[in-house]
Amino acid sequence: MLRMSRILSKQNRALLSELVRTDFKLRYQGSVLGYAWTLLRPLFLFAILYVVFTRVFTLGKDIPHYPVYLLLGIVVWNFFAEMTAQSLGSIVDRSDLIRKIRIPRWVVVLSASLSALISFLLNLIIVAVFILLNHVDLLKTMAWLPLILVEVYVLALGVSLFLSAAFVKFRDIRYIWEVIMQGAFYLTPIIYPLSRITSHTFQKILLLNPMAQAVQDARYSVVTHQTATIYRVYDGGGYTLIPFVVVIVVFVVGLLYFKKESRYFAENI
Amino acid sequence: MENDTAVLVHEVKKTFRLPHEKQNSIKGLLVNWYHRDKGYEKQRVLQGISLEVKKGEFFGIVGRNGSGKSTLLKLLAGIYSPDSGVIKLEGSLTPFIELGVGFNPELTGRENVFLNGALLGFNRNEMAAMYDDIVKFAELERFMDQKLKNYSSGMQVRLAFSIAIKVNSDILLLDEVLAVGDAAFQKKCFDYFRELKKKHKTVIFISHDMNAVREYCDRAVLIEKGEIIAAGDSDTVAKEYTKLFLESSGSSQSENGARWGSGDMFTDAVKASVDTKNVTIDVTYTCKTDITEPVFGLTILSPVGTRVFESNTKWQHVKTGAFKAGDTVSVDWQLPNIFTNGTNYVSVAVANTDATEFYDWWDEATTFVVDKDEVTTAVTLPTHKIGVHKTNA
Repeated sequence: MLRMSRILSKQNRALLSELVRTDFKLRYQGSVLGYAWTLLRPLFLFAILYVVFTRVFTLGKDIPHYPVYLLLGIVVWNFFAEMTAQSLGSIVDRSDLIRKIRIPRWVVVLSASLSALISFLLNLIIVAVFILLNHVDLLKTMAWLPLILVEVYVLALGVSLFLSAAFVKFRDIRYIWEVIMQGAFYLTPIIYPLSRITSHTFQKILLLNPMAQAVQDARYSVVTHQTATIYRVYDGGGYTLIPFVVVIVVFVVGLLYFKKESRYFAENI
Repeated sequence: MENDTAVLVHEVKKTFRLPHEKQNSIKGLLVNWYHRDKGYEKQRVLQGISLEVKKGEFFGIVGRNGSGKSTLLKLLAGIYSPDSGVIKLEGSLTPFIELGVGFNPELTGRENVFLNGALLGFNRNEMAAMYDDIVKFAELERFMDQKLKNYSSGMQVRLAFSIAIKVNSDILLLDEVLAVGDAAFQKKCFDYFRELKKKHKTVIFISHDMNAVREYCDRAVLIEKGEIIAAGDSDTVAKEYTKLFLESSGSSQSENGARWGSGDMFTDAVKASVDTKNVTIDVTYTCKTDITEPVFGLTILSPVGTRVFESNTKWQHVKTGAFKAGDTVSVDWQLPNIFTNGTNYVSVAVANTDATEFYDWWDEATTFVVDKDEVTTAVTLPTHKIGVHKTNA
């Protein structure tokens, strides 16, 4: 397996930071406002959602601070969706590097994931602004948020490693993944509150999905304790561990598959 | 592995599976599920390569296009994995096989230096320390804040080369770096090579340019169809390489330049040697039929392609004599070194007595590099004197 000292060697850190830097430079190149868009884009997006879900649809009347509750869910979900979508093509997009230089292949995927992570953290700043504007009580459980985000990141990284390696061989993966993500978006309680689902069994099944569990836990710890978390729905017990097991399994499978395939990236691309 | 071995390659094999139709979709996979492998053709690129490079050695790998030498290079660089066999390296190795990997046209020269540096293993502080050196060597001081897409290809190569030589690995891989850049830049490359040789660096050098191989390499191997068919000192290997082209005789396109003719008399080898005073070109021919009074000709082009010298035995009224099939003929040309700095190109020809039918015409059969301590922008700089006198005294 990969050793930690080698993973974080000076060379790999330099390469990672340079790839991420380049990615950001290129993304906002030629736009007048440049880097400001990293904050402006989510700000406008959220403002629209805020208006739509407080004035037009009122799904979450029974949930306190529903707009912020909704926003946090969308931001966490978008993080997962964007990171996997960007990482999926990362190896193929950098075929110029893969074919001509010996660099650890995972650095390429990791740099794509870090770009997504940085965008996400900027989004969180905007969410924090909305939290303050909505006069949400600052909860002590907020301290749990970083751990929940680590869980989402590890899950997304496992999926990213798998997808980016598979995409080298099978170019259909991109479209398949888009469809899966569309379906998963509606199977995860993001734009609707979980409490709206009347069947208790269905609620339980939905929460076994690590993304559903993470989104609900994040809302619980930051916005309101009135969130239906996996712990509450199952009333404790061993089932609540299933999402975490899924995360670990996905990560290990993704990593092993990537390791196996990465030896042949240069010739298969 | 002995102590003085830098690179050991043992029985390395590599096969590519070439899909008949590109099969990177799920449908293709499903369709071919039952008859797997049928959609593939196996191409044996390397069939058991073994070689050993000693520490401090300048080692050449030569071969025609498609011979497998690039695959071997990628295996050495760690970009490909071998199917079987062992590659052992003693010391660090340059990780790239091409200059300017990862250069992005949308970034400025400066940004590209840092990006390329990171790919070669340098962090920002290290790059910042070397930055001025790199820019100065590349002679691009005024252009560093321009986007790379506005650079000429020569400027890009200069920048890439200047970064690449900062990599201080124990073993260097050099692939055809000579083929690019103008004369002045080529001189820099050659200076760099000499420096490497002086410092006893281990260098693996891959080239079509037999003159460079002869000049710099201690030993070399010749690869043909995935196998080593000749190994030894660079002179021997370079000769074998030239022979490969003789076998495909008649009208053929050589690696160096266009070549045509009936083949009744065949050019075996063209060798140029040069010092500051003289240039000597040795050409050897083989007769395939009986030939009387052939005409031998020689043309030399300057680094920028201007015809500087052209002559033949007919114009000079040199009697050449009669030859029988199987005879070998050697023609040597001696002329003063009137050529300018950089790579000069030598074309040779042999024709019948009236010069109406060519037996073998070979454009740019070889090159020679002039490196004189003089400056001129003209085609040539003959020996001359300049007198300056004050005349009102």
